[in-house]
Amino acid sequence: MSMPTEPRTSAEALGLNDDGCFSVLGSDGVVVGDTPESEEPSAGGADVDMYVAMRRLRACDARAAALRAEGRIGPYAGAAGEEATLVASAMALGPEDWIFPGRRDHGLTLVRDVDGGAVARFFHHLFATGGDPAKGRPGLGGTTARGARIASAGGPAAGHLCHAVGFAWAARARGEDVVTLASGRGAGVTAGASFHDALNFAGVLRAPVVFVGRYEAGPDRPRKGEDDATSSSVPAATVASGRVGRFPSARARGEAYGVPGIRCDGMDPLAVYRVVRDAVRRARRGEGASWVEAVVHPLDGVRGAALDPLVRLRRYLVARGRWDDEAERALEARTQGQIDAAVSEAGSAPGPARATLFEDVYRALPPFLVAQRDAVP
Amino acid sequence: MPQMNMVEAINDALRFEMTRDDRVVVLGEDVGHAGGVFRVTEGLRDAFGEERVLDTPLSEGGIIGTAFGMALYGLRPVPEIQFADFIFPAYDQIVSEVAKVRYRSGGQYGCPLVIRAPVGGGIRGGHYHSQSPEAHFVHVAGLKVVCPATPEDAKGLLLASIRDEDPVLFFEPKRIYRAARGDVPSGDFTVELGRARVVREGEDVTLITYGAMLYEALEAATAAAAEGVDCEVLDLRTLWPFDVDAMQRSVEKTGRVVVVHEAPKSCGLGAEIVASINECAFLRLEAPPRRVTGYDTPFPYALEMEYLPRSPRILRALLETANF
Repeated sequence: MSMPTEPRTSAEALGLNDDGCFSVLGSDGVVVGDTPESEEPSAGGADVDMYVAMRRLRACDARAAALRAEGRIGPYAGAAGEEATLVASAMALGPEDWIFPGRRDHGLTLVRDVDGGAVARFFHHLFATGGDPAKGRPGLGGTTARGARIASAGGPAAGHLCHAVGFAWAARARGEDVVTLASGRGAGVTAGASFHDALNFAGVLRAPVVFVGRYEAGPDRPRKGEDDATSSSVPAATVASGRVGRFPSARARGEAYGVPGIRCDGMDPLAVYRVVRDAVRRARRGEGASWVEAVVHPLDGVRGAALDPLVRLRRYLVARGRWDDEAERALEARTQGQIDAAVSEAGSAPGPARATLFEDVYRALPPFLVAQRDAVP
Repeated sequence: MPQMNMVEAINDALRFEMTRDDRVVVLGEDVGHAGGVFRVTEGLRDAFGEERVLDTPLSEGGIIGTAFGMALYGLRPVPEIQFADFIFPAYDQIVSEVAKVRYRSGGQYGCPLVIRAPVGGGIRGGHYHSQSPEAHFVHVAGLKVVCPATPEDAKGLLLASIRDEDPVLFFEPKRIYRAARGDVPSGDFTVELGRARVVREGEDVTLITYGAMLYEALEAATAAAAEGVDCEVLDLRTLWPFDVDAMQRSVEKTGRVVVVHEAPKSCGLGAEIVASINECAFLRLEAPPRRVTGYDTPFPYALEMEYLPRSPRILRALLETANF
């Protein structure tokens, strides 16, 4: 993926207001907002790669849901409708940057190192086989891929946000040009103390980190005149206090920490890409952290169906002659083939050896665990 | 060999290791400019700069969460929690993240950090500056827990902890921060984790303790000797994984055991110690194992000397155990 040398338009220049969702694509896939048609918001040419990755994620989700329905794997929470945020934010990073996923962010692990077996790892993780790099331990929440610079997803909703701060600070202190992305889903990202800790520490340490939270829009719809978020409904007013109007303001949340906040349409990959890319560049320049609220809607709702990120990006690509039915068929065949192979392999792979139960509690096996291992009947 | 108190010995250890290993970073509330509320980190910021000694916001969860990220990157963070009583806002980070990352990642990541925190009562610190929460952490798979009782051990155990690949809770008994004084080897010096120390040899009763209570135990042992009871005193030093072999050796010799700690009795470390002794030396016991501990109450201010298991209470248990 190539990155444009300079942003043509920043989110600011697009006339984003305090409470609005920044969008690039309309529901019909046509570029909206103040972006002149002459300007190509193509995500640095990565838009086709993004589409491919989003399709892969949705197909993996669908297969996982089917496996769950068959009772072949444990509980599974998909990311349908959220592909744009997961894929575009990962793609806005450079290869040297690190990802700190939350427990619902398994989609991030399907963006990087695909040629190196990310899809196979994903299904080994779901089947909890001995081939899972995490040895079948975490269950729901995504596997760990250190080689792909992806940290291990933790338990609580936002505990990992501080990890991304510490890691980013450490890398910068050692003279490395590394930005970290901390991702999370739902109101739990901002509701607890970890969010405050992370933004406060990031602000104090000027850590090169980008926080991205996906918010599912609640049932509330803004009433005319109450809100100037024109492109979308926004999170339910119950998720947080400190609202501007009826709705939490990303900008207001970040401001107190000296961390710029921005809200974008989380079902618009080009918008997410632009916003996260700008935040990554800002971090690289040594200007510190950013906070991105990506608003998403359930795909099975009217609003969500109209904003399906795959449909929108495909229309956009087709209109520009970069995608067609033939390419779609080829991608479908390739993706399904990849998934079939992975499911076939992982679905018949043995589970982790019993002795691994005691490994990795500590670097070396202490005597009391040796005794417990040896006493296993 | 230079004489130091425990504060000086810990400062010496940090200074030595920060010079030897530039991955070591100290962070916490007031650890930099102020040199720590007990002056343990005094002078480190001047010596190593702001990038190695970080004054942080006053938020324990943020301190440990940020230190976790630093450790994941490859640094050796030594975060300080100003009082162990304040560690609970960071409990989630310690239990859910620090302790589990090696296991949940299948060994891809480790979290080598040392969380320093002053513990214990007897300094008129009150309800929230006196507690001993070690059992909360011993119970969590993936953590090591250390509590030195002498300046020499404080230095040697701290250097061993910082060099350990696993996360260590390093509890410093504040009552003896300056009261305990002794020879401390200069330069590089480590004390292996997981090894207890026989502080006083004896034949009649094994007295197992750690931290500031070592001195109450020794006082009780001296008094018991006057009554004709010869105590062996074991300083655990590492609370987890603790030295079962040393306890077994001693109890097999004496057949009688008294465990002493400041923390509350029920589900305290003493319970696990007694259970372990029952498992490995039950048939050698000639008396029921006894625990002399803090009470199952919150830590009191006015009555803290009643709460603490001081030598008269220990002595009574020793004599009853010896004469059982």
